[in-house]
Amino acid sequence: MKLLAVETSTEACSAALIIDGVVSERFELAPKEHTRLILPMIDELMSAAGLKPQQLDALAFSCGPGSFTGVRIATAVIQGIALGADLPIVPVSTLAAIAQDFFDKNNDKPLRESLKIAPTNCNLAFTAMDARMGEIFWGVYQRNEQGFAELIGKESVTTAVDVEFPDLIGAGVGSGWGVYHDELMARLAGRVSYCEIDNLPRAGAIAILGAQGFKQGLAVTVEQAMPVYLRDKVAKKESER
Amino acid sequence: MYVLGIETSCDETAVAIYHSEQGLINHNLHSQVDMHSEYGGVVPELASRDHIRKLAPLIKQLMQESRLSSADINGIAYTAGPGLMGALLVGATTARSLAWAWKIPAVAVHHMEGHLLAPMLEENPPEFPFVALLISGGHTLLIQVKGIGRYQLLGESLDDAAGEAFDKTAKMLGLGYPGGPKLSALAEHGTPQIKFPRPMTDRPGLDFSFSGLKTFTLNTFNASKKTEQDQADIAAGFQQAVAETLSIKCKRALQQTGLKRLVVAGGVSANKQIRAALTEMTAKEQAQIYFPRLEFCTDNGAMIAYAGCQRLMAGQQQGLEIFARPRWPISELSQTTD
Repeated sequence: MKLLAVETSTEACSAALIIDGVVSERFELAPKEHTRLILPMIDELMSAAGLKPQQLDALAFSCGPGSFTGVRIATAVIQGIALGADLPIVPVSTLAAIAQDFFDKNNDKPLRESLKIAPTNCNLAFTAMDARMGEIFWGVYQRNEQGFAELIGKESVTTAVDVEFPDLIGAGVGSGWGVYHDELMARLAGRVSYCEIDNLPRAGAIAILGAQGFKQGLAVTVEQAMPVYLRDKVAKKESER
Repeated sequence: MYVLGIETSCDETAVAIYHSEQGLINHNLHSQVDMHSEYGGVVPELASRDHIRKLAPLIKQLMQESRLSSADINGIAYTAGPGLMGALLVGATTARSLAWAWKIPAVAVHHMEGHLLAPMLEENPPEFPFVALLISGGHTLLIQVKGIGRYQLLGESLDDAAGEAFDKTAKMLGLGYPGGPKLSALAEHGTPQIKFPRPMTDRPGLDFSFSGLKTFTLNTFNASKKTEQDQADIAAGFQQAVAETLSIKCKRALQQTGLKRLVVAGGVSANKQIRAALTEMTAKEQAQIYFPRLEFCTDNGAMIAYAGCQRLMAGQQQGLEIFARPRWPISELSQTTD
């Protein structure tokens, strides 16, 4: 199983290749540099693996939520490659990728112990990305038995004080926790005792989730591989003014 | 050489395939005009969202209809600017990534170069050098064209573009968006009752200004009884003023450069009265006039495929960087200063 993944939905830019479960990744923190970096990253990864796009089994991309332009860059890169090499595409949530990365990192026992995180906190992520305009992109992810991030309920764009959540204990993960820490802590009332705010989505996690999604038959055609903005109302019609 | 052209700079998603010897093979387009009209103008974020929905299916369909396989395509040309950043990025990113997957060169095309070369797609194309008048919703430019990539800016609008002046005036007259074509249709039922100004024609130079004319039109309309006939008469007066102003400046440009060929392109070049005024002027000047066919006056993929093909044949191509430049003066395209 060979899959190429791209992630450009925040100020980070990354590409990853997963070949039979082994991930190689290029990652850079580079605001507004995605268009300069992403194809060279992909080209390097593919050359290093000695692969042509036609030899891949599938593609994956972070379909959002995130910066609208950033999410469209990932979508358009993957659509272009899919058109060119006739490949299926697995869209992967940006929030799922953030949660997956958190699970993978913190289920490493020595690291967890050095950070003094209780194990109960490492299998559930209340994931929040800053969505600007006073809102966050919100999703609650659980680590399933196979180790993959699985969504509980629905993702949403919401104010911090209105987030919906299951009655479970977990960790607060993502940039949204940096901006709305107090509001979220108050709303989740004791369910969160550990927070990480520097988590950026990475193509490595997109690749892991993409490969799993591909096995589960979640791949779609190029026409169906679309961004998920969550914020769908972006302008008022004349009739609504 | 087969070249796939991709255009997403504003509110049309357009694709085409051009062959260096056989000419235009096929083209396809999706217009967003109906969607934006509900908002009274182009909403950039919605334009980007629609481009990404439509572009990949359009490319797929174009390839199937053209009975070409991926191995036949030798290069990809994409509009890199000027235009809306988010919209440009969809076309540029898809194009550059597709070219990477196909292992073929990609070239970034200037949108206005596409427009000014659009008459080259016709049976009887102009020879170089010529004067080009580019009139659209975003631009009003007079350019001396010495060859592909050899452009000298002669004049431009200092405020509103010609098409913008049409749309804004139409809005003031209560004609909705995009009102330019509606204003022209209405003008056919009117006769100018007073003389509208011909901006910047009483002084030397080849620059334009349409915002004063727009204000004059508004004042005239407000001072009228605002009947349907008043509306039509005012639309006629406005349109005649624009047509004559363009005509005076083009005549000046031909005289100043000593050239005898005028190319007129861009969305506003579909306007009948403007075409008539310019045709009459060139006949008097014993010059030739060239227009693209109506469907290639507005944004299209064919002009991008054509311009890109010329640049690819001249050995130009872009690296792996996805190139998009919302503000890109056409004068920067010229490598020579002659």
